Amino acid sequence: MNIIKKTVVIIGNGMVGHRFCEKLLAKSNQFNLIIFSEEPIRAYDRVHLTDYFKNTAVNDLYLSDSNWYYSNNIDLHLNDPIIAIDKEQKFVQSKQGVQISYDFIVFATGSAAFVPPIPGIDKQGVFLYRTIEDLDRIKEYAPRARKGAVIGGGLLGLEAAKALVDLQIQETAVVEFAGRLMPRQIDDTASATLQNKLHTLGLHCLLHKSTTQILGDNKITGLAFADETSIAADILIVSAGIKPRDELAKEIGLATGARGGIVVDENMRTSDSNIFAIGECALHQEMIYGLVAPGYEMAEIAASTIIGEHKTFSGFDMSTKLKLMGVDVASFGDPFICEPEARTIHIEDKNKGIYKRLNISADGKRLLGGILVGEASSYNMLLQTVNNNMPIPEHPELLLFHEKLSNQPAGAGLDALPDTALICSCEGITKAQICDALTQPGCENLEDVKKCTKAGSGCGGCIPMVKDLVAHTMKQQGKYIRNTICEHFDYSRQELFDLIKIHELHHYDEVLDDLGKGHGCEVCKPLVSSLLASIWNEMILGKGNDVAQDSNDRFLANIQRGGTYSVVPRIPGGEIRPEKLVVIGEVAKKYNLYTKITGGQRIDMFGAHVNDLPFIWEELIAAGFESGHAYGKALRTVKSCVGSIWCRFGLHDSVSFAIKIEERYRGVRAPHKFKSAVSGCIRECAEAQSKDFGIIATEKGWNLYVCGNGGSKPQHALLLASDIDSDTCIQYLDRFLMFYIRTADPLTRTATWLNKMDGGIDYLRNVVVNDSLGMAEIWEREMQALVNAYQCEWKVAVNDPNIRKRFVHFVNAPDQKDETVKFDEMRGQKKAADWNTIITP
Amino acid sequence: METMTTTAWELACHIDDAVENGGVCVQIRGKQIALFYFKRRNEWYATQNECPHKKQMILSRGMTGSLGETPKVACPFHKKTFALDTGECLSGDECAITTYPVKVEAGLVYISLEN
Ligand code: SRM
Ligand SMILES: Cc1cc2nc3c(=O)[nH]c(=O)nc-3n(C[C@H](O)[C@H](O)[C@H](O)COP(=O)(O)OP(=O)(O)OC[C@H]3O[C@@H](n4cnc5c(N)ncnc54)[C@H](O)[C@@H]3O)c2cc1C
Ligand code: SF4
Ligand code: FES
Repeated sequence: MNIIKKTVVIIGNGMVGHRFCEKLLAKSNQFNLIIFSEEPIRAYDRVHLTDYFKNTAVNDLYLSDSNWYYSNNIDLHLNDPIIAIDKEQKFVQSKQGVQISYDFIVFATGSAAFVPPIPGIDKQGVFLYRTIEDLDRIKEYAPRARKGAVIGGGLLGLEAAKALVDLQIQETAVVEFAGRLMPRQIDDTASATLQNKLHTLGLHCLLHKSTTQILGDNKITGLAFADETSIAADILIVSAGIKPRDELAKEIGLATGARGGIVVDENMRTSDSNIFAIGECALHQEMIYGLVAPGYEMAEIAASTIIGEHKTFSGFDMSTKLKLMGVDVASFGDPFICEPEARTIHIEDKNKGIYKRLNISADGKRLLGGILVGEASSYNMLLQTVNNNMPIPEHPELLLFHEKLSNQPAGAGLDALPDTALICSCEGITKAQICDALTQPGCENLEDVKKCTKAGSGCGGCIPMVKDLVAHTMKQQGKYIRNTICEHFDYSRQELFDLIKIHELHHYDEVLDDLGKGHGCEVCKPLVSSLLASIWNEMILGKGNDVAQDSNDRFLANIQRGGTYSVVPRIPGGEIRPEKLVVIGEVAKKYNLYTKITGGQRIDMFGAHVNDLPFIWEELIAAGFESGHAYGKALRTVKSCVGSIWCRFGLHDSVSFAIKIEERYRGVRAPHKFKSAVSGCIRECAEAQSKDFGIIATEKGWNLYVCGNGGSKPQHALLLASDIDSDTCIQYLDRFLMFYIRTADPLTRTATWLNKMDGGIDYLRNVVVNDSLGMAEIWEREMQALVNAYQCEWKVAVNDPNIRKRFVHFVNAPDQKDETVKFDEMRGQKKAADWNTIITP
Repeated sequence: METMTTTAWELACHIDDAVENGGVCVQIRGKQIALFYFKRRNEWYATQNECPHKKQMILSRGMTGSLGETPKVACPFHKKTFALDTGECLSGDECAITTYPVKVEAGLVYISLEN
């Protein structure tokens, strides 16, 4: 018998429409799926739309690969919106003239940005923030703009505002009608805390502002407000809320809400039983859900209903976390509920910019909701506590302090979570599903879980919790979690360290042949090279090891835009004699290099052709310079302040000590780069407390601080030992560095290493100062061996013809430079041509 | 030595100019070609030198390796990887790169720009 398939027409190929197809396909093959999409490209991840500004490639955002629709027999009509529907004859009509008979229609038309009717809103320079095309327009316009504004201080508005900052708009203002930011998610105090934080990112918030006019002739020049103030702006993003795309539904007489949205019942049916609506266009019990997770749940329910299963939608949790880098804001459960239904506990730490609020039930037994600003690492656990109606501790105020939570016996919170707890709300994955997946062979880490269950592949907010669950479950199963390196080595970095040492392996190929399989890759090659360097400290470009180095190490210089390199000679402690300054100037002039003083107290010369590198270094070496290892996972700089040799406050000679330390550890390779500084007194002009190790003079000696970090996640260094003399300081440093080199994961700075260490700084102090592992003597000896083996790699490279001949661009025309390298000019020096505009022949 | 008039084999370099288990760049008729010598498998590959991602003339300075059985190279700039045999991009859908036939004869490496 030939079964006639039923036809489902899906209107809209957004995130929810796409998910509906996946769901229906997984349930049945009895349907023809036909999609009409107004947008010109297939479904993409709108939640991560802002990433489009970062990596440019729309490819990274697609929800499926290009032949997914074809291979699943789905008919996808792009750039062809549905413009009419005949409910009686049951057919749809598209703009390009396609007519299709249907059995069911699914509206997944999403919503559009709401555009308030402000005079002048159609001027040039005013943009929406919803589609790839919107972002393309913004990207094109932004380079001409200097002052930005965003109307709307909600989740989306803030994301758009941050995007303007990242697009190098010099000043950006967020204009909000209400008296606080994110009015639907957080309270006044939280908003004030958030505003301070945003201010440090360069965003000014204007509250209680009703925009009355967009100023300017053709192009926007500013905004005028009802209170008769105004601001200048030459680019504006409007993010004042969403408007469900219900126009077509309305036209064909489906029931819609007074404030928009296609009315649906608990099965996602509209007022016509053959027509469904899901996602941001659907109005369920007077509610539009502007988030993707409830949309996905609606897709599941509509698909189930169509195949005849009975599933219902019963509302959805609206908890959210703002996804701005470096700004932690979360709101969960009922964030606003207060007396008499609830009692609130809150802390506000103006010093650290933290505000947390918990709403506890009147009987003190349950958590009803809350807000976290400035520190939101407990968000997932608190959300679970609310959603699963879990009992809370006798002193619920403890929940406000993350430290206290982590002092509980490991996993206490996770054990208490019921199996049904929804961990990943985007994909609807429960604790039980994740734990089950982990019992399958071959599924033992976060990536595996993501693949098997899809958990964590949506907004990513649940990833910390999934990670904890993985660790917890693996431990319960008695499995030892190993961070193996890649497909070529079934070992952790630490295991490989010991094996290389025991087997006395000196070359990458030997290590691969003896301990690995396959032919290596860009993950294990630099890792093994770094281990070989940390263990033996031999010239890293020795035979066979050169091709296993990361590009920067292979050419002993950092590669820059265009393919030229930078040259950074070591200037220990930042001290340099005038004659050497002259040499740098002369070399830079001769080879036409851009020069700049670095943040590490030395001088960087940029724009060197690969062919010129050996000649440049030959001249520098002749003048007494040596490699600065700016390219290596190695010691960078030991900064110094001028100290007692000149400064009226200086207690000791910080410059001499910085030079001594820099010369001791130069060339030592580690899991990541490491930096240091020595300050001559507590005023700390060398910024030692932001370094991997920092030394500060005291009346009685030196204070040694460790595990600080600048960079993307700054962290202050912690005091390891106080009032120690110079020799003890070096002894502790030898131990500290060898311990780090041996045990840290690849590409982990000391701060992150310490953060992961059980017992933290107290444990570290015990190991380094009290020698609790009994390793001190061995480590001191090992470090001395590395120090003795030091040689300037550039000196070796320029003097060894075999190594030197690799510094060419064309092997068959060694003297010729790469003519595609282009420079522009700026302030009398050259700069790399912008690689987004280079046109190659 | 047999004559090479029928095929358009172009002399690229001497085998000693190539790097074992790594890449070098050769210039042939004004074109930049990345040449890789996979010593571990005794295989040679040639591809365009330009990385399609940011249009940088750089693939010859990338690290070679394998993904399962597929030989690959990783661009030094942002570590996008490309299969050396087919040219296919193995990370995301960056466009594929052009590959060229290579042959080695009497210590010399030849590349054909016809593909
Ligand atoms: C040149 C310099 C900027 C400048 O003009 O001042 C610079 C330039 C680069 N930095 Fe830096 N950093 C420079 C000081 C810093 C500092 C300040 C300092 O050292 O006092 C920091 C923060 C302090 C810290 O590291 O804790 C810094 C944090 C970073 C980071 C983030 C590290 C982190 O832990 O988050 C990276 C990325 C990385 O290493 O993975 C980075 C990476 C880079 C790279 C290597 C990026 C790259 O791969 O091309 C840049 C290389 C330029 C080149 O070709 O030389 N750079 N970088 C500074 C060189 C200092 C020197 O003399 O060696
Ligand atoms: C910048 C940004 C950040 C966001 N961040 C988050 C977040 O962190 N977390 C979260 O949960 N949500 C977030 N969202 C919201 C989330 O993207 C939406 O909830 C989700 O995309 C809704 O999916 P949808 O399929 O219902 O609608 P959409 O994705 O809008 O898709 C609807 C599609 O239907 C098309 N269409 C409309 N009418 C027709 C017609 N007549 N014929 C054919 N096609 C039609 C539209 O052009 C559109 O392509 C964010 C949204 C944006 C814009
Ligand atoms: S902060 Fe450092 S890594 Fe970033 S652009 Fe500046 S120099 Fe490069
Ligand atoms: S330029 Fe090659 S990966 Fe970006």
